[in-house]
Amino acid sequence: MMSKALTKIIPAGGKWSTKIRSGKQLTFTALGDGANLSLLLYNADDTSERYNMPDTLKAQHTAHLTTGNVLMSDNGRVLASMIDDSLGWHDTISGYATRLMIDERYGKTTYQEQRNDWYRSGEENFAVELFRNGLSNRDLIPVVNLFSKVSCNEDGSLHFARSHCKKGDTVTLRVEMDVLILLSNTPNPLDPSSNYPSVPVEITITDAAPVEENDICVNHRPENRRAFENTWDYCLLTKGGTN
Amino acid sequence: MATLQYKVSERQVEEAIDNYIVPAGEGWTKILEPGQVLRIVDVEGNQAADTLFYDADHPTDHYSAINTIQRQGNVYLTTDSVLVSESGKELVEIVADTCGRHDTLGGACSAQSNTVRYSHDTLPMHNCRDTFMLQLSKYGSQFNKRDLAPNVNFFMNVPVTPEGGLTFEDGVSAPGYYVEMKAVSRTLVLISNCPQLNNPCNAYNPTPIQLLIWDK
Repeated sequence: MMSKALTKIIPAGGKWSTKIRSGKQLTFTALGDGANLSLLLYNADDTSERYNMPDTLKAQHTAHLTTGNVLMSDNGRVLASMIDDSLGWHDTISGYATRLMIDERYGKTTYQEQRNDWYRSGEENFAVELFRNGLSNRDLIPVVNLFSKVSCNEDGSLHFARSHCKKGDTVTLRVEMDVLILLSNTPNPLDPSSNYPSVPVEITITDAAPVEENDICVNHRPENRRAFENTWDYCLLTKGGTN
Repeated sequence: MATLQYKVSERQVEEAIDNYIVPAGEGWTKILEPGQVLRIVDVEGNQAADTLFYDADHPTDHYSAINTIQRQGNVYLTTDSVLVSESGKELVEIVADTCGRHDTLGGACSAQSNTVRYSHDTLPMHNCRDTFMLQLSKYGSQFNKRDLAPNVNFFMNVPVTPEGGLTFEDGVSAPGYYVEMKAVSRTLVLISNCPQLNNPCNAYNPTPIQLLIWDK
């Protein structure tokens, strides 16, 4: 029996964290042009194991994420895999927006003056959600910025693609291990826009279809298969099943 | 900032207050006082010096590759690059560099990532993450695995293509090339001289590095 889908909307400036079991999938939908949702990922049972940007990128010979790519942990396992994507590029190298950056770029706002319309930062959103889950800024790691494209010239200089994300764009992550996910709907640090982006993102969480032999993420590269094998071994050891 | 900013140092080896050789597969830690200068020499060429930095007064504040990249708008490190922590604190500044380009995205090798990148039977092979953990374990309970943020790979050439690919290329380094950094604040430096035997970037031959420290 299909379990009920859970839908959440993260408004501009919003944040959310939750544990999610393996076998679920999350579809993120941009409810306007120019969304940016920063994401952190940890093993729910051992948060010292977390998304590892270098291991993820070098194993898949890529600096960006799209369909077929997986988010690997520092233990050579797959935390989540990108099974569907309408954008072709999600940013791995730009990080989260700090309070200083938000104030300098969009003007200083305070809760006192603007109430809940004040401009939130990724730095503070993550500080709160990390703390909520027993973690701290010590646990901050490179984020994945869903919906954003930041490319790199031959000389290494970075460029933010302004019209990359369109209203209705979607990306789907399948959860491969029990994870703790932290989300912050705050601007990409390299977005040159002078207006604080106000693009809500909808998340729909459902049961994922079982991983089949011809799975697009397992078969993306031999490295991905070996990372899945490490993950299946871990699930076998910790859950007494074969995922 | 453009890359490949070659700059030769005027510091004399005889005036260094410390002079170490770190063989491949070994680690090293040291606190640099503000103003002190560390030079890492790629003695035989194409070696990778995997390096992490911590605010020595607040060791939970680790080097942030992303904040460093974001702040300079460029993914590579070279002369004038300022390496910052997760909180944005300036830790060290590169003041001389005869190599011209250093990697910020490739991270360190680990037993687990070797199984993914090469084959499951590489699990027992020595790796940088084990060296990092052994070095940090000497500080007792002050550090744990959470502190292993993505590191710098001095002398490594890991180009990002405009199409978003990531490749490991032959080194831009050569015997005797060096990079020199000045501590902006009190900084703990952690180095693993990479023992990787599976990657052609060091011609499957990891070699020693030399470390020199000056008071200014």
